[in-house]
Amino acid sequence: MAAIAKNHDYHLVQPSPWPFVGSVSVLIMAIGGVAWMHHWTPWVFFIGLAGVLYTFYAWWSDVVKESNNGLDHTPVVQMHHRYGMILFISSEVMFFLAWFWAYFDGFFRLDDVEQYARVAATGGTWPPMGVELFDPFHLPLFNTLILLTSGTTVTWAHHALLEGDRRGLKWGLALTIALGVLFSFVQFAEYSEAGFSFSGDMYGATFFMATGFHGAHVIIGTIFLAVCLIRAIKGQFTPEKHLGFEFAAWYWHFVDVVWLFLFASIYVWGSWGVPLSHG
Amino acid sequence: MANAEATNLEAHATGHDGASHDHGHPTGWRRYVYSTNHKDIGVMYLVFAIFAGVVGGLLSGAMRMELQEPGIQIFHGLAAMAYGVEGDAAIDAGKHMYNVFTTAHALIMIFFMVMPATMGGFANYFAPLMIGAPDTAFPRINNIAFWLLPPAFILLVISMFVEGPSGHMGVGGGWTMYPPYSTTGQPGPAVDFAILALHVAGVSSIMGSINLITTIFNMRAPGMTLHKMPLFAWSVLVTAFLLLLSLPVLAGGITMLLTDRNFGTSFFKPAEGGDPVLFQHLFWFFGHPEVYIMILPGFGMVSHIISTFSKKPIFGYLAMAYAMVAIGVVGFVVWAHHMYTTGLSLDVQRYFVAATMVIAVPTGVKIFSWIATMWGGSISFRTPILWAIGFIFLFTIGGVTGVVLANAGVDRSFHDTYYVVAHFHYVLSLGAVFSIFAGWYYWSPKMFGVMYNEKLANAHFWIMFVGVNLVFFPQHFLGLAGMPRRYIDYPDAFAFWNRVSSVGYYITFISMLVFFAVLIEAKIRNRRAGDNPWGEGATTLEWTLSSPPPFHQFSTLPEFDDTKAH
Repeated sequence: MAAIAKNHDYHLVQPSPWPFVGSVSVLIMAIGGVAWMHHWTPWVFFIGLAGVLYTFYAWWSDVVKESNNGLDHTPVVQMHHRYGMILFISSEVMFFLAWFWAYFDGFFRLDDVEQYARVAATGGTWPPMGVELFDPFHLPLFNTLILLTSGTTVTWAHHALLEGDRRGLKWGLALTIALGVLFSFVQFAEYSEAGFSFSGDMYGATFFMATGFHGAHVIIGTIFLAVCLIRAIKGQFTPEKHLGFEFAAWYWHFVDVVWLFLFASIYVWGSWGVPLSHG
Repeated sequence: MANAEATNLEAHATGHDGASHDHGHPTGWRRYVYSTNHKDIGVMYLVFAIFAGVVGGLLSGAMRMELQEPGIQIFHGLAAMAYGVEGDAAIDAGKHMYNVFTTAHALIMIFFMVMPATMGGFANYFAPLMIGAPDTAFPRINNIAFWLLPPAFILLVISMFVEGPSGHMGVGGGWTMYPPYSTTGQPGPAVDFAILALHVAGVSSIMGSINLITTIFNMRAPGMTLHKMPLFAWSVLVTAFLLLLSLPVLAGGITMLLTDRNFGTSFFKPAEGGDPVLFQHLFWFFGHPEVYIMILPGFGMVSHIISTFSKKPIFGYLAMAYAMVAIGVVGFVVWAHHMYTTGLSLDVQRYFVAATMVIAVPTGVKIFSWIATMWGGSISFRTPILWAIGFIFLFTIGGVTGVVLANAGVDRSFHDTYYVVAHFHYVLSLGAVFSIFAGWYYWSPKMFGVMYNEKLANAHFWIMFVGVNLVFFPQHFLGLAGMPRRYIDYPDAFAFWNRVSSVGYYITFISMLVFFAVLIEAKIRNRRAGDNPWGEGATTLEWTLSSPPPFHQFSTLPEFDDTKAH
């Protein structure tokens, strides 16, 4: 609103079409999702998804422009963004709580007498009868080390950025992205060797949905870091102001911590004292 | 309480800048569709809430007409009209349709009426004004939070017209969507549409909450510490945290429903090691905070209205603020009192009885502080405080029956009876809705600059007060006598109080016509409200602005000064 003299540092955002475009795309995607699930056609879903992805791109492009113009993202607005990102990650934590809850419902309540049908199906054990588990100290441990290492490389990139070392920033980011991609591939390889299936069994459902949503977050975090690498190459980050990078790093650490909980509770604790399939 | 004067403000600089109606503003449809203005978005939310409220209210009208007499009255006819079936098929379709109506009524009233009105409309419009902010922190996120609601609503409406259980249309499982009826019981796409409607509405609320929390934490006027912030802003802050932390758990639970339905997972299938009660835990871990989400903004609004028209600062300001925080925190650890009959162990039941009753303590702090605020005040009985006093009275009745239901032993008898229906309608449709009308009459002169007709508005209050009490008070008797909820028919023994309850609905319906008459009359007469129509009692920052406020207020931030006690 150029017409008004503004004596504060808040950012009065210009009108934007993206919220509306995004909402319409979500509607199309949801209708398409049901159509796909009921075996009609997948295409409506993908049209909606394309709209949603385009909205992400266009909206965040606007945000990047507003950051780069050096005017809109004042210190107080940057503080808004920090609050916003922390709150977003908090809601993500609660989303994972649901999947852990489902897992521990099986883990802790495996022999409730009133759930006789379940006990008949599982044999009153967790993991249920017939489920062959992964050796946690095989690929899962390797993946844990990959993610922990990626936590150090992203910190390396951050320190390089703070020192004004753009070469170090780019290398640190590129290595983090490579480790993220490696994690996803290892996870994919592990999935293909599972001794239980996604459908027809509570253990498989909780395992694949919890680790699957984690994997989706790894992929999203990897894309987030890749966007930061592009912005780093374009020289958009300065030692003083680089919120986009910081948020990607926060998100990456969040994904990392979720994995540590998955590794500790599902892979290690869940397989304690249980005969394993792959030595 | 040292900070009890928190509502005493002096705004040195207000938003009366003449340029506010200048060029550079979006006009026409773009002003709303592309909006990044918290007041425009707030008004859109309120219009949407009124629209959804009418739809949800008409659905309940059909249910009350049905229950007016024993036997099946109208739903076989409605089913014949809607789905083109005849004879016995129409009666079967009508029975299911009745359940579709209860489901849709609940979902619409909760997600598309109460929440958009309080956390969408009033919170968006007035939280920034009250804390002296020019807008919210994330205006575009604010706008998508609104614009996701019509798609969610459309998805829910679609669900009513596609197959749910084999051969019938719509979701008939109640808003709680317990499996197995929501999984194997209704294989058609209707449940999927309803699940996605909740997903979209949930995303909307999470984004709106992030926006409001950031705004309240980071955009308060210079000098306004959290302990000096108006109570409505406190209520919005607490509510936004409840939304932020509870909705993702619901999202997880309904995603499990979705995968159980469509991708063969076994979360809720006992024969494959799953646990149907798991869904109830996940649902109520969200669902119980949700009931506080609906009522807390009302607490905030009622506090200001009681204070304004008693011409006194609110009694026990800090206790009032922290009572809401306590209700919010404890509200997260009482969820299984909705599940006493699912076979929880006795120890678990004992815990949930005790924890639930603890909530009566901070709630009592609020009720008694409102009364203490009025005590000795020079009260002017304008329309908003009528609604606010009605709120306190009716919410207290609902709270008392809540203490009854908190007892696991008593709940053995009352679970899923009309006693529960009466209880939650007393706290919600008589509590939350009365607070919304209180807020509407208190703030609509500010939002639109137009004063309503006091006589007509008071008539709206009294007719609705009589109507809703007639609807819901007899339902206590029906519940005590053992009438179960969610059935289209009942034995003759329940006929009398059902008839009374239906008559109450018609009276409530008339009161809604009066409400629209209030709106139309105010629009036609166009009495200017002035900056502060309520006088010395109205001390929060929104009353320092013009009515309606300028497009962008507080271009120079107001200095908050709480030393001027009155």
